[in-house]
Amino acid sequence: MIAIIIVVGVVLYVVYAYNRLITLRNRIKNAWAQIDVQLKRRYDLIPNLVETVKGYAKHEREVFEKVTDARTRAIGASGVREQGKAENQLSGALKTLFAVAENYPELKANQNFLLLQEELAGTEGKIAYARQFYNDNVMQYNITREKVPANIIAGAFGFGPQEMFEIEVAAEREPVKVKFD
Amino acid sequence: MTTLPEWLTTQRIVLVCLTLFLVIPLLVLLMPVSANLYEQMSANRRKSIALCVFFILIVFILALLFEEIAPGARIVAFPLAVVIATVGPLVGYYNSDKIILRMSRARPATREEHRFLMNTIEGLAIAAGTPVPKLYVIEDTAPNAFATGRNPDHGVIAVTTGLLQKLNRRELEGVLAHEMSHIKNYDILIDSIAVILVGVVALLSDWMLRTFRYGPRRSRGASRSRGGGGQAQAIILLLALITAILAPLIAQLLRLAVSRKREFLADASGAFLTRYPEGLASALEKLDADTEPLEVANKSTAHLYIVNPLREHASLLNNLFSTHPPTQERVAALRRM
Repeated sequence: MIAIIIVVGVVLYVVYAYNRLITLRNRIKNAWAQIDVQLKRRYDLIPNLVETVKGYAKHEREVFEKVTDARTRAIGASGVREQGKAENQLSGALKTLFAVAENYPELKANQNFLLLQEELAGTEGKIAYARQFYNDNVMQYNITREKVPANIIAGAFGFGPQEMFEIEVAAEREPVKVKFD
Repeated sequence: MTTLPEWLTTQRIVLVCLTLFLVIPLLVLLMPVSANLYEQMSANRRKSIALCVFFILIVFILALLFEEIAPGARIVAFPLAVVIATVGPLVGYYNSDKIILRMSRARPATREEHRFLMNTIEGLAIAAGTPVPKLYVIEDTAPNAFATGRNPDHGVIAVTTGLLQKLNRRELEGVLAHEMSHIKNYDILIDSIAVILVGVVALLSDWMLRTFRYGPRRSRGASRSRGGGGQAQAIILLLALITAILAPLIAQLLRLAVSRKREFLADASGAFLTRYPEGLASALEKLDADTEPLEVANKSTAHLYIVNPLREHASLLNNLFSTHPPTQERVAALRRM
């Protein structure tokens, strides 16, 4: 009798722990998809921005190429680490673009340019928040799967560790500076 | 079995029982909650229900007392009490956000006009893993903000135009994150229901106090009761008067008991959302330094706002009834993170 109770208890626990891990892993997938949505939005904004800046600053070809290349590379990147690196490069290239734009007062007054700048800054903020959300979920998953005795179940069913984005300093979150206040 | 004294009518027994029952929701409402997000969420739901129970009891107690001071009012008082006790909590749950927004003269924010606000709130919603709350703007130069609604799916954040003008982006983000936390923790549920229910109780007791002015009619009670009955009548009258005066006060105090400590928790979880406590800390300092009162706010909605919109001067009485903890303490707590 007691043996049956123990066996049932163990089976119930295994089912519970397995389902918990599945839930957490799917949350990570969802969080990853959230990042992708925002990244896509960013990729869509960049060509428009480049076109707008080109209209005023035709001779800055180098900068345009840098941005376009970085964008292509970022779109092709996969995995947490690679994507993080490619995105950082893209942010750097955009920073240069906005620094160049500073030299063209007419461009800075262009309504379309201001709008794109604002949207881009907003999207970068959302990317940072989406990554934060991703990291939070990964942390919860990793904690759950490393704890005893869930680690046995995680090992048996192949719930591997998930990678987190490098933690950013809050001040770095807005690579595109927008003067507003 | 001895017969009951004449003055001890069923109605009065019910009245005493209802008053005793008040203790149950009171205990639930005043139960301390550990400063933990998950605990806070279920506590807010539990306390919202307790608040509704408290409200229903108060309505029936007021109705029974009303019958004592104006016998013959039974035909009106009882059905009215049933209607108010049913409709009050329902309106509080489903319509409080709309009523509060209307009271505050807030209008929906548009993406064209408030691009930064929209982007930030969307970002914070991603970080918190909740739906994006609706944004409203109040045309007023006094900087302030509040959140309302009944759950994260129906969350609303309202900010004044003064807030948008006087704060920089990091500070604004901190304030929005604080309001997001109120939504996520279900603080908005109990706060919004409280606005409606406390308002109704205040209205009802005001109404009852008015009937005192016409003097209680002693038609049925006087002819029936002799000796001890007259004394009981007097005691009941006194009790009715006291209840009518105290009911809105108690309701007010209850609301404060639930609202004060939570500001610290919302500050903390807001800072956790932005991972930048300094933004909210300097925003609070700016809001505290601003002395302009918010015109659309009043005593019934003051507790919703991030800082007290009424700008009352500090005194012992104001401290006792204050809806917000001292801002300096909140800033200090944020800076310690």
